[in-house]
This record gives sequence, structure tokens and C-alpha cells, in this order.
Amino acid sequence: MPEFVAVPLPLWAEIVTAVFAVVGAAFAAIGSFGLVRMPTFFRRIHTPTLGATAGVWCMTLATIVYFSMQGANLFLHAVLITLFIALTAPVTTIFLMRAALFRERQKDGDVPQAHPGDELGLDGEGRPRQPPQRGTSVPTPD
Amino acid sequence: MTPVLLWGLKAALFLLAIAMLCALFRLLAGPSAQDRVMALDCLYINGMLMMLVLGIVYASNVYFEAAMLVALFGFVSSTAIAKFLLRGEVIE
Repeated sequence: MPEFVAVPLPLWAEIVTAVFAVVGAAFAAIGSFGLVRMPTFFRRIHTPTLGATAGVWCMTLATIVYFSMQGANLFLHAVLITLFIALTAPVTTIFLMRAALFRERQKDGDVPQAHPGDELGLDGEGRPRQPPQRGTSVPTPD
Repeated sequence: MTPVLLWGLKAALFLLAIAMLCALFRLLAGPSAQDRVMALDCLYINGMLMMLVLGIVYASNVYFEAAMLVALFGFVSSTAIAKFLLRGEVIE
């Protein structure tokens, strides 16, 4: 590791940075280890969200503390990354869940059947639903 | 850099490397395509966290731009592949 650091920090700032970095990395490691450990896809999809929420937040706090002490003013660039991850990780997860449900239904897997007319785009038998004709009413799920 | 921060950052890099190895295992061994996409999603988030740690290690702001780009392209690629798995088309 290189030796150059612009400003030597006070000890409490280094301790806070190190603790946040280690805790964030531990969250990410636990979440990723769940990918190896959990048996099915629908259980595995839950575990990386630990790293995407708590891990990213702890690492952001570490960088905020470190670079704010370095530059003597508040350093908030990493908050942009955190907000972006907080916005996009659920979108990816929802798309993946829909894709997994769709593929499991096509393979007659052990997943619940779709309601007729629900937004997964499947009819009651698991086939892709035809788009409704203009002027007809769409059946609503009960 | 005192040994507290130095060893803390080394431990963080080690844990993130373990996390990336776990994600890589699921990426290579995942039984279905959606498993692999999910593992890729987890892998790029871990890589982005590693870039934030490296930014602290080298005391450089450049790594934030790289981490932002990794987050951006990772989201776009994961969503595009998930959409492809869902409908067979990326843009309908």
C-alpha cells in the first residue's frame, strides 16, 4: 500500500473510518455468502440486498468521514452513489423476480399461478397473455 | 496512515474479495440464467464497494467517478438482461 496521504488524520477519524469500512465490507460478505448458502433462487434473491443497502451505506459513511477530515469541508460525492444504488437495486430485483416467475411458470415449476389479467403478462394457465383489444374491458383480479 | 486505518482497510478489502468470490461461484455454478444475472448484480456492487475502499487507500477522488460508472453500467446491464429473460426482447 502506498504511503502518501495528504493530511494525517486524528486518531478518532481513522478509527471511525476503519470501523465503518470493515462493517460495510462484512455486510457485503455476509450478503454474498448467502448466494452460496441458500438453496433456491427465491431465497437467494433476498441476500445480496444486505450488501446493497447496509454495506453501501456503511462504506459511504466511511468515505464521508475520511474525505471530510482530509479536505476540511463536507464531502458528499459518495451519497450520490448511495442514492443511485438505493433507487436502482429494487428495480433490478423486481425485474429479476418477474423473469424468474415467468420462467418457472413456463417450466411448470412450483410457483403460484398468476391471476387472470395481472401485470405479469400471463393468463391463468401460465401462457403469455395477449394484449387486450381496444374497446374491451380488462378483467380485474379479485 | 496509522496501523488502525491500514489494517482496517486491508480487512475490508479481504472481506470484499471473499464476497466477490462467493458471487463469482454463483455466477459460474448457478443452475439457471436468473441466478447468474443476480450473481452479476451482486458482483458489481461488491466491486463498487471495493473501489470506494481503494479511494480511501490511495486518498484519491478519481475512484468515485469510477464507482459511479460501475454502478450506472451495472444497473443498465442487469436490467437489460432481466428484461430479456422476461420477454425475449430488451426493448419492445
